[in-house]
Amino acid sequence: MWEYTDKVKEHFLNPRNAGELEDANGVAEVGSMACGDALKLSIKVDRGRITDAKFQTFGCASAIASASALTEMLKGKTIEEAEKITNQDIADFLGGLPKEKMHCSVLGRQALERAIADYKGIAPKEEEGEIICECFGVTDREIERAVRDNRLATVEEVTNYTKAGGGCESCHDAIREIIARVRAEAEPVSRPKLSNIQKMKMIEETLDREIRPSLKHDGGDIELIDVIGNRVLVATRGTCALCKASEQTLKNFVETKLRELVWPELVVEEVTK
Amino acid sequence: MKTIYLDNNATTKTAPEVLEAITPYFHEWYGNPSSAHSFGGQVARRLKEAREQVAALLGAETEEIIFTSCGTESDNTAVMSALATQNDRRHIVTSRVEHPAIKALCSHLAGRGYRVTEIPVDGDGRLDMERYQQSFAPDTAIVTLMWANNETGVLFPVEEAANMARERGIPFHTDAVQAVGKIPIRLKESAIDMLSLSGHKLHAPKGVGALYVRKGSKFSPFMIGGHQERGRRGGTENTPGIVGLGKACELAGRRMKEENTRVKALRDKLENGLLAAVPNCRLNGDPSNRLPNTSNLSFEFVEGEAILLMMDEFGICASSGSACTSGSLQPSHVLRAMGVPFTMAHGSIRFSLSVYNTEEEIAFVLEKVPFIIEKLRRLSPYWKTEKRANAAA
Repeated sequence: MWEYTDKVKEHFLNPRNAGELEDANGVAEVGSMACGDALKLSIKVDRGRITDAKFQTFGCASAIASASALTEMLKGKTIEEAEKITNQDIADFLGGLPKEKMHCSVLGRQALERAIADYKGIAPKEEEGEIICECFGVTDREIERAVRDNRLATVEEVTNYTKAGGGCESCHDAIREIIARVRAEAEPVSRPKLSNIQKMKMIEETLDREIRPSLKHDGGDIELIDVIGNRVLVATRGTCALCKASEQTLKNFVETKLRELVWPELVVEEVTK
Repeated sequence: MKTIYLDNNATTKTAPEVLEAITPYFHEWYGNPSSAHSFGGQVARRLKEAREQVAALLGAETEEIIFTSCGTESDNTAVMSALATQNDRRHIVTSRVEHPAIKALCSHLAGRGYRVTEIPVDGDGRLDMERYQQSFAPDTAIVTLMWANNETGVLFPVEEAANMARERGIPFHTDAVQAVGKIPIRLKESAIDMLSLSGHKLHAPKGVGALYVRKGSKFSPFMIGGHQERGRRGGTENTPGIVGLGKACELAGRRMKEENTRVKALRDKLENGLLAAVPNCRLNGDPSNRLPNTSNLSFEFVEGEAILLMMDEFGICASSGSACTSGSLQPSHVLRAMGVPFTMAHGSIRFSLSVYNTEEEIAFVLEKVPFIIEKLRRLSPYWKTEKRANAAA
């Protein structure tokens, strides 16, 4: 048996605003009987404000409760305010939903978007896109949206939120690709934090590969003494040790290279002789 | 609130007589039946009696009964034994509507290189016997077919199917977890080689089951350990459970007639009452050839989990084959195999009765369920339009 909050149960047993608005000016139908849940939402908008909302749901307790909650949330809101409602807001209103039932809140958000689009007389965004999950008719756009809005990371989570992948499972690879793509767009490439040993090893490798050859060309050399945090302690050898410009070399050449190839916050210091 | 328990295919109440019989085995006669002392020996004697009680219900001999921990263990043991004793045979015949204890096992084996043929069923859940006959291969290691379906109660002609397998020298196993105690079984006169049963489906406690293995059959143990069950199932015996299973089998034998008259009449009353009171409602499964206690009904345009939760408010317990109840997103594999339309499958409810149900309980359910369906249909976007379409047709 599902663990529903008291608020989910209460909205399920005593749904608010059930039925159809006769004077609705925004109507949407999402889901289907084959998929196991469907929601018909009708809203009445008056001078930019939602004055009334009603729903009809075919589905389980959480689908009914989510729709009931949505209509309660909508009443009195301006279109701009309503457009900001996310599926998480619907779940939060109910004190949370079991993770396997999050798709009920997504259904609510989809219905809301389409009802608003219907009111505005424009085509809803999600109708474009290509079907990824044949079993439940879920498009790449819908999956992308769910991944982005809810920071989903696994196929299982995508299934919980959109149903995509919950049938024959043949679309799982395609879902994985979408997750990877959306997450790559969402997160700036962050460098993994290096351990001191990794840092030291990479510095040594970089010195060897990128720096020593050119120093040696001029008869000089460099030796890594220690790494303390981001301080790279080095000693210069050969002609470098005698060269007055060696400080410049360390800053402009060695540090720049190390920052570029190892870690952006490195500071190169020459240990006193 | 009184609980009206109509979910006996999920599990049953431990019979008071069973509870009474097993209680001393926890704290008075708690000895290990393998022990050399007489304190343990007296328990061993009681296990022997339990074995006789189980054998009697099945029309089998005592040495053909192996006690296990559950129906799933019995099923796994049977299939794995057939594969282990016939190394050169790599093919399994089963049906599309088996319990997960067989279905998931067969998928697991399919992933390990065994070939699995799943025999389809028709719209009423009846096994396609023509396809069954064509399914045998030279290397078929085992046929495993359930006797009674847990969701619909539909009975497979397992005795006829077992004869066909025997003619070809193929061992035949049946998962009879739902059938044992509800329909007469005479294994001595059948060609069934192995049969699984589970205690908690027939008023014994959970955690005990049995596997019948025909005398002379090749057998390879699944649980390897001590010499218990004559080396066929290692592990110290669940003595209270086994005593309880014995007692429950004895009771089931005596109550079989009541099961097939009074319980069946209650089931029919519930079923006919609901079919008459609720429009757009259908029975899933062969009406004539099924368990006397099971009724699987679909209520169109409403979803099963919602029905269950509303029934729960009245203390009524049942099950659903809808997607939302299972945790998967698809309705029951049994109803899908039968080709039940999704619109019906999502609204399916299984009522399963027992000898403990009463006329009053059924009357209460008949009063509440039509009201629940009506309430949910008023919420459903499909109800009005579809009802009109039906009326026009």
